[in-house]
Amino acid sequence: MAVAALLAVPVLAQQDSGEAEVHVLPVQGNVYMLVGPRGNSAVQVGYDGVLLVDTQLAELAPQIAGRIRELAENPVRFIIVNTHVHADHAGGNQALANMGHEETGVRTEVIAHENVLIRMTAAPDENVAETQLSPEGWPTAAYFMPHRDIHFNGEPIEILHQPSAHTDGDSLVFFRRSDVVSTGDIFTPDRYPVIDMARGGTVQGVIDALNRIIRIAVPEDKQEGGTKVIPGHGRLCEEADVVEYRDMVTIIRDRVQALIDEGMSLEEVQAARPSLDYDTEYGSDSGSWTTEMFVESVYRSLGE
Amino acid sequence: MRGLNFVHVAVGMTASLLLPCMPAVAQIDLTGNWVALYHEDAPERLPGPALGDYLELPINEAARLRADSYDPNRISAVVEYQCRPHGGDYSMRGLSVPMRVWEEIDPATQSLVAIHTRMAWMEMERTIWLDGRAHPPEYARHTWQGFSTGVWEGNALVTTTTHFKPSYLRRNGMPRSAEATLTEYWIRHGDYLTVVTSIDDPAFLTEPLVRSSNWVLEPNARIVPNSCTPAHEVPVPEGTVPHYMPGGNPFSREFSEFFGIPFEATRGGAQTLYPEYRMTMGEIPAPPQCTRYCNCTGLGNCGG
Repeated sequence: MAVAALLAVPVLAQQDSGEAEVHVLPVQGNVYMLVGPRGNSAVQVGYDGVLLVDTQLAELAPQIAGRIRELAENPVRFIIVNTHVHADHAGGNQALANMGHEETGVRTEVIAHENVLIRMTAAPDENVAETQLSPEGWPTAAYFMPHRDIHFNGEPIEILHQPSAHTDGDSLVFFRRSDVVSTGDIFTPDRYPVIDMARGGTVQGVIDALNRIIRIAVPEDKQEGGTKVIPGHGRLCEEADVVEYRDMVTIIRDRVQALIDEGMSLEEVQAARPSLDYDTEYGSDSGSWTTEMFVESVYRSLGE
Repeated sequence: MRGLNFVHVAVGMTASLLLPCMPAVAQIDLTGNWVALYHEDAPERLPGPALGDYLELPINEAARLRADSYDPNRISAVVEYQCRPHGGDYSMRGLSVPMRVWEEIDPATQSLVAIHTRMAWMEMERTIWLDGRAHPPEYARHTWQGFSTGVWEGNALVTTTTHFKPSYLRRNGMPRSAEATLTEYWIRHGDYLTVVTSIDDPAFLTEPLVRSSNWVLEPNARIVPNSCTPAHEVPVPEGTVPHYMPGGNPFSREFSEFFGIPFEATRGGAQTLYPEYRMTMGEIPAPPQCTRYCNCTGLGNCGG
């Protein structure tokens, strides 16, 4: 029952898109944050065109397209990068890829790690919530090495695969000149990290990914300013915010591991409330990702 | 009305009619260099609070566990902690003197746009906007000093600050969340300034934490640059986060035992703030001899 709940996460993430408002927040350099009701995107604009990191829910595509048109008139090329497979980040692929094609006359390139493509194209599995998209929304440029670099709108962009974190196909997108990192759901400062074990996610992978973001980010002065971090959900952040979050996940991992070492069952670990001091900031008793589900995912990924 | 003639009344009425049409001006002059007085809670504010000292804090169990888990070695092991300034709430409380206050005047209208403050330690600067602007949306960047607006209420400047980065209520690991709101009352009495602060934190406080701090005008006070460059001090594996397991902090009772205060009282909580709580404590024998912070009231006499 509990495992089934963990597997249902992406489906629930597609529901309740609420008020279909998408806000634009200038970040720095050429990069903007598009804040939707169920997640964030990053968009970089310039003379080469538009690069969009994550397309959000399918039903938000018209609003996303409208915000992009406000930022970029007559784009030459359109590129989409998916940080991972879930529908609240890749659901708009088809509509926005089509929009890019229509407005530029050039086929939209959709970049993602190959595990995203594999998940999208896999035969439906009744035990795993669906993340399949129609072929028009599939990545057209899946990468399989640890990273892919492109140069677009006058700046180098690093697309960095982070294995076995939120899923097995996570990418960080680092805009080197603008000094902005888009993290997808590896970093979500308004909630506990979703560890999608059915798609290869692990708590250690999340911690490794957060440490990588900290390594990339450089504050300007007094641990503030400098590199900006666009999370998959939640407010615009910087390195110090990621450090707080990394500390939280690390400490809860250590506590759960200690309880496992004492021979405790999952129910006993949950009853011990190893995340008690973080629940008021990150936890939830309802919704698509509860505190109980988070602790269970930590327990199970440490036990495997 | 005795002593008031027609002219006085007429002038008063005219002034009342004109005031709403005039640009907002400061009701009192807060500008100048101020030095904090540490006659209240000096040991906590100057040399620093002991681990396990949660006295007078209306905290919940999440805050208590978070502070119990705090290992001060984190400051050495996690390089990103080294150059953090205080949060905008604690900067009014901790060792951060002197403080410079200056006004920003609109040259065209001569109205007061903002009041700025700068403290010496970690070069902490705040802007308190007085031009009626709104606070940013929640998804905007949070900072150490937060985003402040102010209004005049009689002769007091009342400020509201949001958008903090996560920080501390007390610098012994007692957390304050990014959701906190700080309300301040700046009241000047001649050469003395009283700032009453009230912190609402839904994550860690069960009722507002109210504190007052006093400052004295010191025109000759100098604020010098205070740069800080983080550097690794101890060789530790990447991602190391020192912390104590729940129930495993060897220092949690040290403060209670040294000062002869019942352990339960040192654990904080709203009930411990009020005089009635004293009635529940029974007879408390005084420690035989004061050996630490016996005359601690200022920068020069808190060494013991």
